[in-house]
Amino acid sequence: MASAVGAIGAAGAAPSESGVWSWITTVDHKRIGVLYGVSAILFFLLGGSEAFLIRMQLASADADLISSGVFSQLFTMHALTMVFLAIMPLGAAFFNFLIPLQIGARDVAFPRLNALSYWLFLFGAILLNSSFVFGGAPDAGWFAYANLTSTTYSPGDSMDFFTLGLLVLGVSSLAAALNFVVTILNMRAPGMTLMRMPVFTWMALIVSFLLVFALPILTVGLVELLLWRFFDMPFFSAEFGGDPLLWQHVFWLFGHPEVYILILPAMGIVSEILPTFSKKPLFGYTAVVFAGVAIAFMGFAVWAHHMFTVGLGPVAIAAFSASTMLIAVPTGIKIFNWIFTLWGGSLDLRTPMLFSLGFVSLFIIGGLSGVMHASPPLDRQQQDTYFIVAHLHYVLFGGSIMGLMAGIYFWFPKLTGRMMGEGLGVIHFWLMFIGMNVTFGPMHLVGIMGMPRRIYTYSEGSGWEFMNQLESVGAIILAIGLIIFAVNIFRSLRSGEVAGDDPWDARTLEWSISSPPPVYNFDAIPVVYSKEPFWDQKHPELAHDKPPADAVAPVAEDPASIHMPNPSYWPIIVAFGASLMAGLVIVNPYLAFIGGAITMMGVYGWIFEPAGPEEHH
Amino acid sequence: MATHSTTAPHTGPLATTTGLDHRKLLMWTFLASECLFFGSLIATFLLFKDASVSGPIPQEVLNIPVTSTSTFVLLTSSLSMVLALAAIQRGDIVSGRVWILATAVLGATFLGFQVFEFKEFIDEGLKPSTNVFGASFFTLTGFHGAHVAVGVIWLMSLFIFSFKSKDGIPASKSLDVELCGLYWHFVDIVWVVIFTVVYLISSLE
Ligand SMILES: [Cu+2]
Repeated sequence: MASAVGAIGAAGAAPSESGVWSWITTVDHKRIGVLYGVSAILFFLLGGSEAFLIRMQLASADADLISSGVFSQLFTMHALTMVFLAIMPLGAAFFNFLIPLQIGARDVAFPRLNALSYWLFLFGAILLNSSFVFGGAPDAGWFAYANLTSTTYSPGDSMDFFTLGLLVLGVSSLAAALNFVVTILNMRAPGMTLMRMPVFTWMALIVSFLLVFALPILTVGLVELLLWRFFDMPFFSAEFGGDPLLWQHVFWLFGHPEVYILILPAMGIVSEILPTFSKKPLFGYTAVVFAGVAIAFMGFAVWAHHMFTVGLGPVAIAAFSASTMLIAVPTGIKIFNWIFTLWGGSLDLRTPMLFSLGFVSLFIIGGLSGVMHASPPLDRQQQDTYFIVAHLHYVLFGGSIMGLMAGIYFWFPKLTGRMMGEGLGVIHFWLMFIGMNVTFGPMHLVGIMGMPRRIYTYSEGSGWEFMNQLESVGAIILAIGLIIFAVNIFRSLRSGEVAGDDPWDARTLEWSISSPPPVYNFDAIPVVYSKEPFWDQKHPELAHDKPPADAVAPVAEDPASIHMPNPSYWPIIVAFGASLMAGLVIVNPYLAFIGGAITMMGVYGWIFEPAGPEEHH
Repeated sequence: MATHSTTAPHTGPLATTTGLDHRKLLMWTFLASECLFFGSLIATFLLFKDASVSGPIPQEVLNIPVTSTSTFVLLTSSLSMVLALAAIQRGDIVSGRVWILATAVLGATFLGFQVFEFKEFIDEGLKPSTNVFGASFFTLTGFHGAHVAVGVIWLMSLFIFSFKSKDGIPASKSLDVELCGLYWHFVDIVWVVIFTVVYLISSLE
């Protein structure tokens, strides 16, 4: 016991150690954010390479660069990788790094649970991708419709890697979401009411609630798929009274909220950047927040717009068509608020601002093509064509990725203490903006011309050759843009201009502390009187909500006396056990008990580990 | 267990924004998520209970008297859980231990009933793979049983580790038991819904 006490005494210094072991055992939200971010960018490059191969195969008619079987694996894994291993974890990276900094907290509510989320994500991602080595990756499309996923049409293990990989990733996301909900609701600095929270934190809260309510639905679908494939339980077998459409309902009941899980973090990021570079507060803060809440609620009532062609009957189709058109309203509210934020502002077109403006303009295009699918007769023409591919990439690439890129350029100085290169940044932006439109723009046209998605080749004389060639050129431009991005990151890390605490003259609490932030974030927990506390502190003459005359500035604590949670290796052990359990199910369900035993051992080790002041009671 | 928390001085802000303990808020949010989990399983059951193309059908196998008994056992365990928490909060070490053990035993008894029921059904020709009623029934009640099993392990852990100190689980740590209680009551409530939907309503027609 005495040694454990000693360890706690030294805990304040422990998390700042370096070396591989310190990263494996870290429970610091900033470091976990870095782990998430670096992993997600690597997976983004992997998913991008898969897309690049797809584009090379489709660059000419009757090409045979890739076989149809491998092509199916590529488009399935491209989507799964981008959705679950790139965009979601990039969102998680920002949540981790920013939430405590924005609400004036020293860490998240459950630091070790946070580490567990990351390791589950990493191991789940490895499990999913290991299918490439063990007999072939999932190839039934990322939404994996029954019957294509039956043991008849998907023999072998590929769909089991899909099911079990996503189950592990789901547990990871759920744990992270629960942690963020508690952190945001419970750890705000004194005075930070809900309606004074930064918009990014608001969006993080909404996304976390979406995950809390949407993931269990996917889990049930995956469990049923697993039981169907392993034990012949006939959930999706029509000949036994099962229903293949049940999978579609379950998947999209998760899948549509998932769309907002992917886009809301980017919306939050842009809502921070536009005011900063317009030198104006966000126009209609309350409207932006409530529009986000409305989107979250309505997101659960539109799922069947993915199923207009399956024969739901006129009443259901009309209802889901109407609800889908209705959800465009809160989305439109946000867009108008961003535009009015720009209106009359003194715009400073630095890289984060360029990406944010790119986000707004491309997301408008993606949103408009999205409203088109809300019309069932139009949707029946567009179903399964490249028009859908165009739409979803305008929303997820033009939207999510552009927004997340904006965030990387914006908060990189806070994370590393150095600025990202502005010159390379501007080149990166224009290559991505142009490359994105050249790649995905023509897909609208070729889709209307009737080109189905997910075909591995097309014949000479179909009339699709030129458009496809153009799209592949766009993919090359995007690839060059990403190389510039990578060069910029490495150069900036080594020799970027030193940033200082507040390089952008920004507005929220994270800019009030040093760059990079100290382990404990805030030596004095700030007291908040307004929506933009740091801006109002810098410009008291402009402040709307002023501190009362008798307000006392919070007293800084001696850093040596601030106790941060201890590092711990139990999260990685529990994550390893759980992922091993999932992987072993594929080999033999009985072997899975080995993984279960490791998990149990890890859980008990976890419970009886003294964790430092934040977590023990 | 008890020594380290007193030696590490608390310096951070102790009060939470909502006034709720972090762990309690975590549990409430987790249980909200669980509602959707069981809701989806129950929806699957409702979709499939009368959709089987071959028997056995629910009315042929469901044994209401037996399940009513096991339901009574499980509901009683919620009462003993309440008594356990109350005992620990007023510092009554022995009663605290007894009621925690009683709750675990009642939970295990419920699981025994479930094993018996599953075996009966399989003997009567209803396996999980027999038809969609079987598939959705075993999945729903099986996952509920798994939740009860986790609860029993949790309770037994609390019971065993209460002997690590002669003070048992002190009143200052009653939250450990309260969290387990929240989970336990939730699992009981889910069973009330399952008993109503799966057993009572399905056996009517
Ligand atoms: Cu949708």
